Amino acid sequence: MSEHDYTPKSKVGKWFNDRLPLLTLGSHLSDYPTPKNLNYWWTFGGILTFCLLTQIITGIVLAMHYVAHADLAFASVEHIMRDVNFGWLIRYIHSNGASMFFLAVYIHIFRSLFYGSYKSPREVIWIIGLMIYVLMMAAAFMGYVLPWGQMSFWGATVITNLFTAIPLVGESITTWLWGAYSVDNPTLNRFFSLHYLIPFLILGLVVLHIWALHIPGNNNPVGIDIKKPSKDTVPFHPYITIKDAFALLMFMIIFAGFVFFSPNVLGHSDNYIPANPLVTPAHIVPEWYLLPFYAILRSVPDKLGGVILMFGAIFILFVLPWLDTSKVRSAVFRPIYRQFYWIFVLDVLMLGYMGAMPAEGIYLVLARVGTIYYFLHFIVVLPLVGLLEKTDPIPMSISEPVLTGGVDPSLARKDDDKI
Amino acid sequence: MIRFKSKILALSFSLLLTSIPPSFGAGSGDNLLKVDWSFKGLTGKFDRASLQRGFQVYKEVCSSCHSMQYLSYRNLGEPGGPEFSEQEVKAIAASIEIDDGPDSQGEMFVRPGRPADKFKSPYPNVNASTAANGGAYPPDMSVLVKARPGGSNYIYSVLMGYEEPPAEINLDDGVYYNKYMIGNKIKMSSPLSEDIVEYTDGTQSTVDQMAKDVTTFLTWAAEPELEERHRTGVKVIIYLILLTTLVYLSMKKIWSGIDTEV
Repeated sequence: MSEHDYTPKSKVGKWFNDRLPLLTLGSHLSDYPTPKNLNYWWTFGGILTFCLLTQIITGIVLAMHYVAHADLAFASVEHIMRDVNFGWLIRYIHSNGASMFFLAVYIHIFRSLFYGSYKSPREVIWIIGLMIYVLMMAAAFMGYVLPWGQMSFWGATVITNLFTAIPLVGESITTWLWGAYSVDNPTLNRFFSLHYLIPFLILGLVVLHIWALHIPGNNNPVGIDIKKPSKDTVPFHPYITIKDAFALLMFMIIFAGFVFFSPNVLGHSDNYIPANPLVTPAHIVPEWYLLPFYAILRSVPDKLGGVILMFGAIFILFVLPWLDTSKVRSAVFRPIYRQFYWIFVLDVLMLGYMGAMPAEGIYLVLARVGTIYYFLHFIVVLPLVGLLEKTDPIPMSISEPVLTGGVDPSLARKDDDKI
Repeated sequence: MIRFKSKILALSFSLLLTSIPPSFGAGSGDNLLKVDWSFKGLTGKFDRASLQRGFQVYKEVCSSCHSMQYLSYRNLGEPGGPEFSEQEVKAIAASIEIDDGPDSQGEMFVRPGRPADKFKSPYPNVNASTAANGGAYPPDMSVLVKARPGGSNYIYSVLMGYEEPPAEINLDDGVYYNKYMIGNKIKMSSPLSEDIVEYTDGTQSTVDQMAKDVTTFLTWAAEPELEERHRTGVKVIIYLILLTTLVYLSMKKIWSGIDTEV
């Protein structure tokens, strides 16, 4: 992207930059032309970077004091809370940080869905983002197991048992995952190892995510391609950095509110009971951010079917750029899609709620309706609306007002002159 | 028009965020007795005298069955807790016999407790504890308040919730009816009765007073960092608000040359 030539001013800088052009990279990141009309929903990328780094830093410190052993894990967490200097703060930042991370990632994903950021030429950014999301779920799930409380143990039991649904080899695979004949000390050990590994995989993918973003540049609320740099763009620094900083600080205020004033409200009280393989909790519930998928899993009477639908609900997102047939990106100019978008948001929220409720009676019925609609949205609604919808007139540029009269929507998508 | 719509979008998203249910799956805490605890709220602190009385109730009543294995005697003298004096903490610890060893001869021995010792458990292990209590394990009290939906109110309610069972409920021997216990059946008989503890500070030891005091103590035991957390939290939030304001003003200034609102 950086068409500008950059030469460091100092001799040392030039010497170094000729050998490893880190300064050129810095200059590119700083000058990176960004649409000037990005709204605050675009600040969540920066916020997510902050979340990842916060989790990594607090996690490294926690790992210095945590003991990954079935007999000692719970006690070591209490040791962190009571005896380690600011241990309570570090642990509460880490545990609430997971929730804040997911809050931010859901906003980030739903922003993309609204403004069509997943569409050509940004499919690869979208797919890398989804890979990050899947890894986040794995990391969060394994992290939740580490304190070895009742929900840790039984959550791990329920989720790992899903693999027994695989025909023929299911049982063997599950035993292999456990490293034992039930969730036990070997399971805890490997979860700890993987929980430490995954964030660094995520970090690598984040680099690719941003790299892929810097090829076409940011989408924007109008969803049109813009010339870069032009009067429609501003340099990343200081314009976007200061705006991201402002949004991040607002986010941190909410974050701090949870950490200091209700650090356990997002967790489950059962996880302060040490794991006991002989006592099953009345309701086994995952953390809030996994609830919609949990609802989908439980809405299918057949175990294997439930597992397939649950994973399907995530993997259908990977083909979303090809399911959405509309050439117009932003929902601002898509009156019909916009309505279905909000129905979809409500559907996911409803599924989340059903995931927290017992799978019976009206809850189960609604979870089933929600599950069916979830898939209909992708398989039926998106392809059809894209073909049938009459979109609103689209401006030629961010600075210019909407042209009078209709405009060919294909103007909003000029793949060929990209990159 | 577009901007207007994105404002609406912003608003609806914020509404959405604030409407996230606070605690999924937590049991119903709606019908519990509610106490206006001094430690609730943004600047909530423990009532020091109540903590000390609560420790007395714990020591003289609860600790005969319930362990509190993650606390040490030294915690009783630390800031934000009951804040017993150093001498008092040493005396409390010294009154306990701790099994230690092996010594240089390989023998186990008994010695008086030290402030650094963990609270001594009433039973050597969970099985002994379960066997001695009619098959119901008296849970460790270190984090009990955090381990129950409803927290402090739940503990207080259970202590106050003993009453005659309704006619349609038949109870086995050693099982008691409790209005607030999950499932209404509890294997612990009502632990508190008028004057079971003689408070050293002269406070009248009614059941209600003791229940409040011991609940306060258990809340501190579960969250010994609570006061520091609240204090730090207020400072952090004030700092963040000031910094946010400065950054906001800087942002307005920086963007003033651009014809797009921020």
